[in-house]
Amino acid sequence: MITVGVDVGAKKVKVVVLKDNQIVAKGSGLMEMDREKSIRDAFEDTLKTNGFKEKEIDYILATGAGAKSAVFAAKDTTLVTSIARGVHAIDPSIITIIDIGANDAMAIKCDGTGKVVDFAVNEKCAAGAGSFVEAMARAMEVSLEDFVTASLQSTKSIPINAQCVIFAESEVVSLIHEETARNDICRAVHDAMAGRISSMARRVRVEAPVTVTGGVAYNEGMLDSLKKELGMDFVRMENPEYIAAYGAALLAVDTLQKA
Amino acid sequence: MQFDLEIKYPSEPLKCWAKGKELRDKYYQDYASAHDSGGIRWSGGAAGLESVMAGFGRDVYPLTGEPYGASIAFDRPFAAKCQAAAEEAGYPRDVCAYMRNYWGSKLLNSFAFGGAFPEPDLYWQFHSCCSHGKWYQEAARIEGKGRPVFVTDCAIGPYFKFNEKTGNYYAAPNENGIRYVVNQLHSHIEKIEKYLGRPYQDELLFEAADNQFANMTIWPEIFMLNKAIPAPLDQKSMFSLYVLGALNKASADFRAFYNELKDEVQDRVNRGIAAVPTERARVMDDIQPPWGFLKIFRHLENYGCVCIGSYYSASLMFAWDITEDGMLVPKKTPKQRGIEIKDRDTCLWHLADFLLSNLWFNNMQDNGLKAWGMKKMYEQWHCDGIMIHYNRGCEGLSMGVAEQRLYLAEHGIPVMSFEGNMGDAREFDEAETIKRIDTFMETLGLK
Repeated sequence: MITVGVDVGAKKVKVVVLKDNQIVAKGSGLMEMDREKSIRDAFEDTLKTNGFKEKEIDYILATGAGAKSAVFAAKDTTLVTSIARGVHAIDPSIITIIDIGANDAMAIKCDGTGKVVDFAVNEKCAAGAGSFVEAMARAMEVSLEDFVTASLQSTKSIPINAQCVIFAESEVVSLIHEETARNDICRAVHDAMAGRISSMARRVRVEAPVTVTGGVAYNEGMLDSLKKELGMDFVRMENPEYIAAYGAALLAVDTLQKA
Repeated sequence: MQFDLEIKYPSEPLKCWAKGKELRDKYYQDYASAHDSGGIRWSGGAAGLESVMAGFGRDVYPLTGEPYGASIAFDRPFAAKCQAAAEEAGYPRDVCAYMRNYWGSKLLNSFAFGGAFPEPDLYWQFHSCCSHGKWYQEAARIEGKGRPVFVTDCAIGPYFKFNEKTGNYYAAPNENGIRYVVNQLHSHIEKIEKYLGRPYQDELLFEAADNQFANMTIWPEIFMLNKAIPAPLDQKSMFSLYVLGALNKASADFRAFYNELKDEVQDRVNRGIAAVPTERARVMDDIQPPWGFLKIFRHLENYGCVCIGSYYSASLMFAWDITEDGMLVPKKTPKQRGIEIKDRDTCLWHLADFLLSNLWFNNMQDNGLKAWGMKKMYEQWHCDGIMIHYNRGCEGLSMGVAEQRLYLAEHGIPVMSFEGNMGDAREFDEAETIKRIDTFMETLGLK
């Protein structure tokens, strides 16, 4: 049985192929203006690179912000359900999941059986999501990698008070003009974002074990700030940005087994 | 339909639906045309005592502000014009959306139901919500004609108290507080008599009060019928029905309609008629919806989920009580309690008691009651989850909403929250909310 999960994010499309419940391929592509084409390209590239043909696939399930645009998928499911399914398959002990993508941040509370019992999602604003860090790195004229490295070298905590990414950028510019150390500004950005994500996560009452998924989970500076803010460590997952696509592929298996 | 759902129950439209709509339209027409026959127009908050003004004659017509603001919100292009007018006049975007819609309608001199804005002869506000205390003062200022604004202070502290031992709230009326409100009513009647040059008629007060007590309790009785599975009514329909109680609780026509509606809903329960024929899950919500986007309640039906109502539509202008074992029940009218009203003071006392016992009035005094009340509703109406609206358009009813959400979640109740605004479409993200509802439905196992 071959199933595919396609996670259509705001910035990237992630694809996971399962054969007999095992990951046999994964791939991704950037989301461009032509959404449907971007999704199809990522899907076809993943299949082609890994020697699969579309006709071999038994079921395709889409998830993520643009799931409806994955017109070749049999069905779509929500991101919360997919992430919870993916995490539970990897580590059933996880109770709280914090997912941070480019556009959305969410906190998911599970009951130990993988069932979602509560969730909270950021509202309308990307100030607590990956795009925020990228915008700040642009303002600082450094690569994201350098931004993260600098943040981890900081020993000083500086508040950034703006709720909004635009105003926060102004604050960052002011800090630059005040000749604040670059490392400290980078950390301040992560701290501010961690504060916002934590306050959202606390709505579901954060309980250990906790894991962080989504593309931002690669950002060690962000994880460091979040760890300090929540006062707890996280269970680390391999390929955290693929968890939702993996969960969708598993849900596709579940669907076929019920049929 | 999103899924191939089994039709489990028969369904049919409400027979009295059109009549309800007619009554609502007539209410606004009567208000607008009151001066044509020498009648009185007045305006004030919906959480008030229309029956007291009814003592000034059978030709006295109210315009209650909140339902009027909601009607504007339903018409998104007009609402946008009203909000722009209010903002141009210097009113900030973060004050009550109903208030901005009402003020904007006045500033534009455009009545939502046609023609110029029919200015009232006087204003009378019952002050429980902090921002609404200013509503009619500003309305009168916009007019600039020096019309009087009467304000009855209702902030007397909580009517219901929490019993730590039982874990339930119970009625604990503050008699001095009620007397304080009654004394204000006496004083207002005297002043309005002088202003209008009309004698006050106690017989009309008693008749209108009888209607007000009835209207405030018949709707809760109807709401109780929605405990049935399948639910005979759904939230989207209820929004059009409950509103009569927010327009004029002293109306004999509305009372007759509510009695007719109650009989019809009872008949639907008896025959197993469903609002949603595929009902397989039930949710409730908490406060005002985003009025321009009521389709979110229809979206639930794609999952076979019925919204059985809300703490808001159940209790906004209505009278509920709490039994000794902590159950929500319709409050008994003075007549049902064997009390005969023969004098003005007794009548005003019971009216004040009814008003001050309103569950929403109490949210301004103790917002723990709402959390507890929603938990009770969830249990009594056999719900599977609760939708919470972080309503940026209403400071009063949103008070404590985040704590209430936590309280419900901690009691094992599945809760979803969405952010929006009851009257300002700019603050509601339809696509995101639909996605969130989809997620919530999935977490309830509705796939």
